[in-house]
Amino acid sequence: MLELEKKAQHLKQHLDYLADIKGETFGEHLVKLRDWLADIVQKIYELPKEKVDRALNDIEAQIKFCEEEAERHLEPLDYVRITRHPYRMTLKDILENVYDDYTELGGEEKCNIDPAIVVARATISKRIGNRIYTHQVMVIGHEKGHGEEFRNGGSAKPWGNEKALRFMKVAETEGIPVHTYIFTPGAYPVEDFPGAAQQIARNLYAMAQLKVPIIAVISEGGSGGAEAIGLADLRLMFSHGYYSVISPEGAAAIEGKIKEDRALPPKLVKFCAEQLKITASDNLKLGTIDRIIQEPPLGARSDGLEFFNQLKQEMIKATDEVILKVRGLSVLRAYYIKKKAQGGENSPAVYVRWELDEKEVAKLLRGRAQKYQSMGEVFLADRRGLLKKKIDEASCKWLELKSVLYFDVFKRPHRWVKRFMDDLRGELLIITNRIIQPFTNLKEMFEKKFKKPTQLTYEIPPIEDTYLGEIYVSPLANEDRTISCPNALRYGCYDIWVPDLYGELNGVCPNCGHHFPLEYQWYMNHLFDRHSIRKFNAEIASINPLEYQGFDEKLKQAVKKTKRHSALITFDARVRGISLVVVMLYSDFRNGTVGAAEGKKFVLACKRAKLLRRPLLAYVHGTAGIRIHEGTIGVVQMPKCTVAVREYIEAGGLYIVVYDNNSYAGPVASFLGCAPYQFAIRSSRIGFAGPRVIRETTGEDIPPDYHSAENALRRGHIQGIWDRRDFRKNLHMALITMGGKNLYYR
Amino acid sequence: MEKITEIIKQYKANPFKLHPVLAPHTGYVYLKVNLGQIVKKQIDPWQQKGASLLYTILRQGNFRSIYATIDGEITDIKKELDGNFVEANVYLMSIKHHLTENEIIDRILSEFLNIFRAPEAAKYYFTSELAKKIEEKGLEKVIIQPGEEILVMSRMKRDVHLVYEGEPGIIHTVYFQTNVTIPQGEPLLGICPPERLSFINDLVQRIRLEWGV
Repeated sequence: MLELEKKAQHLKQHLDYLADIKGETFGEHLVKLRDWLADIVQKIYELPKEKVDRALNDIEAQIKFCEEEAERHLEPLDYVRITRHPYRMTLKDILENVYDDYTELGGEEKCNIDPAIVVARATISKRIGNRIYTHQVMVIGHEKGHGEEFRNGGSAKPWGNEKALRFMKVAETEGIPVHTYIFTPGAYPVEDFPGAAQQIARNLYAMAQLKVPIIAVISEGGSGGAEAIGLADLRLMFSHGYYSVISPEGAAAIEGKIKEDRALPPKLVKFCAEQLKITASDNLKLGTIDRIIQEPPLGARSDGLEFFNQLKQEMIKATDEVILKVRGLSVLRAYYIKKKAQGGENSPAVYVRWELDEKEVAKLLRGRAQKYQSMGEVFLADRRGLLKKKIDEASCKWLELKSVLYFDVFKRPHRWVKRFMDDLRGELLIITNRIIQPFTNLKEMFEKKFKKPTQLTYEIPPIEDTYLGEIYVSPLANEDRTISCPNALRYGCYDIWVPDLYGELNGVCPNCGHHFPLEYQWYMNHLFDRHSIRKFNAEIASINPLEYQGFDEKLKQAVKKTKRHSALITFDARVRGISLVVVMLYSDFRNGTVGAAEGKKFVLACKRAKLLRRPLLAYVHGTAGIRIHEGTIGVVQMPKCTVAVREYIEAGGLYIVVYDNNSYAGPVASFLGCAPYQFAIRSSRIGFAGPRVIRETTGEDIPPDYHSAENALRRGHIQGIWDRRDFRKNLHMALITMGGKNLYYR
Repeated sequence: MEKITEIIKQYKANPFKLHPVLAPHTGYVYLKVNLGQIVKKQIDPWQQKGASLLYTILRQGNFRSIYATIDGEITDIKKELDGNFVEANVYLMSIKHHLTENEIIDRILSEFLNIFRAPEAAKYYFTSELAKKIEEKGLEKVIIQPGEEILVMSRMKRDVHLVYEGEPGIIHTVYFQTNVTIPQGEPLLGICPPERLSFINDLVQRIRLEWGV
């Protein structure tokens, strides 16, 4: 009887689950089944056992049929509902059922620095014949909990991501692979140290060259929060998961321009979910994931033991594959695994040792860099003609050859000799000083007695001639009106006449120093030496890769307005004679959002800077994050660009980031936030999420200066705040004093 | 007793405060409210969210919106100035603010208590002796005499002990909080002589009764 009661309870759970996911489709039928089941349960002790058993079996068959029907007609929004359901499997279930044994690190349940991130050192074993082979892994992931409020629904706070990073480093020290499981709707958008965006950037930076294999599995991948632990050698995804740049509700709010306290129209949410291509199969087609792990119909729940067994085999196979790619003696095993996989078998009898030696680690890192380089390559357009393309390719090759010849063949021995001479001179100076010292003393005594002091001549330093030819005047200065400073009440600033403000005063209030927003052309004209700007890769254009409805028009308008093809401008320039490569994100083109084209241009700029040994400046005039209309292709630009910039920094370059106006979300949480030197222009705003998103996620209101540059400085996210008028001088100083030894002028 | 009734009658007769709205500087004024309209002040502590727009003033191409800073009803609006050039500090309208319970109590306390004001912008604390006495006996039982050091004015590690000069009495209200900088001139303590304490307490109670209902 007890088993029948349990069975009935189990069936009730299934029914509830089905109703939650596909309630609209099966409405009446489910109600009937529910009533029938409730009836049986009520009379369970009155009816004979066989009758109850038969009835339950019938109900079970009907539920199964409904589930299979529902499975055939699943829509993107249903996948979102499946991943967020309390019955869905969580990381704890995976740890219990997939891994043999585990020790949770960094906290336990509620007593945790961040309960949303669970880190565990686990063992996973494989049986081949009579032997059992045990592997050690570090398991890191988001924990949603089954309705536990204190887990925040898997939304990791910055210190949770920091915990993940810390234990990834422990895994690196111990040489064990890392398995990450992503169950997050998004990162918790607080700016307190270490800062949501900055910590994700730090995570990505560290994972880019983590010396152990990383396998990531995505169940609910919410944008940047997913990427914080998602940079991996192999990315798997559950068949009923979703991976998206923004939740469908968020996209609907932006598309429909819906005010904060209004309800979202369900049709719009459904439309956005479909357009964003969030399902596993869509992501596989786009190339943002490598493989799908098939789940049972309507998604895996906590009690799906068969599925966990399958998951275990998949994870072992995935780790084996990653390692075999870098192992020397691996041909047969790699082939065998591939053949077995094609045959549908999940658990080939292959043993692979999971420890890597130095050469294998180097190969692994190269493979990871290459993998991310190639992501999203096809989702941009090249507007160059065929001849120009060939010429550009040839000049690139020539530049590479020249660079190798100059820096490696010629300069290297030259530099070695110079260094040797410097050391030698330093050593000899000790001896020579001793010998010469009495003579210099005599000379000084003589000069004191007999020589009269001469008048000091002061040489006036040459004034930088900035008035050659035309002066750039901001077009904003052409209005005849006054404007109030926003700080007028606080500091008593008078109204400023617009031609003065945007002309002579460079957009700065003369009383309090508040910086009014200026267009990016002003910076291009005032920051760099006259006529030193040479653009490159300007023809790489953004397209509409997801065929998002209505986006083609918006792109065309943006191109018409700005006369450029993407939101990132890359160019060579000089600042007081020092050549550098500049990457500029400007807000006129689609709010400065980053997509595949921008990512590619950034990676190419990093390569160019590395090749030419020049410093790299990222000036962010304004960015609103990742382009929503490019979906996950935009999201993978985050790790892609971070990998490229890390390569540049490790090669000894200087990467400086300067924020201006509004710099938010994705780019700040990846390739901008990982820079060691980040500065901001006064009155700019830097953050992860805007006020509305913070209010909706955390439920708390934030003061209006929450994202101000001053607060970012206070929290340690940036290193300094620069005045717009001193930008050039400060930049020059930074170029001279900061940076690695691989710069051409060192 | 009669005095209490008299005071209450006075406030009941005229529980309003007229707040004049003056033009902040020269410009063309465009009024956005009408006579008798109810206006609200901002609900957000930092920005002007929820505040009613009173008028816009245009000077040299710059439109500035001026919002209400207190709740109330518009009275005596100068409609003839709408769309016209005005100079600075020209009277435009009044807002009749219905005094709340707490505001009336504040006024009464400032009338009947000796208010000890902050001589400078600083952080203020009770001296350790006084603090101990208050903790042991309670605020109502501690009588402070003129010449006694009652407060410590703390400005950037330079502490100055403030001496009380006034009538001897007990501390009725404490207006300051520790660790919060009090601007110059703001009330710190409300001191009343022990004989008047019961009178003030009765008055406050009556007001709460009358206005609370």
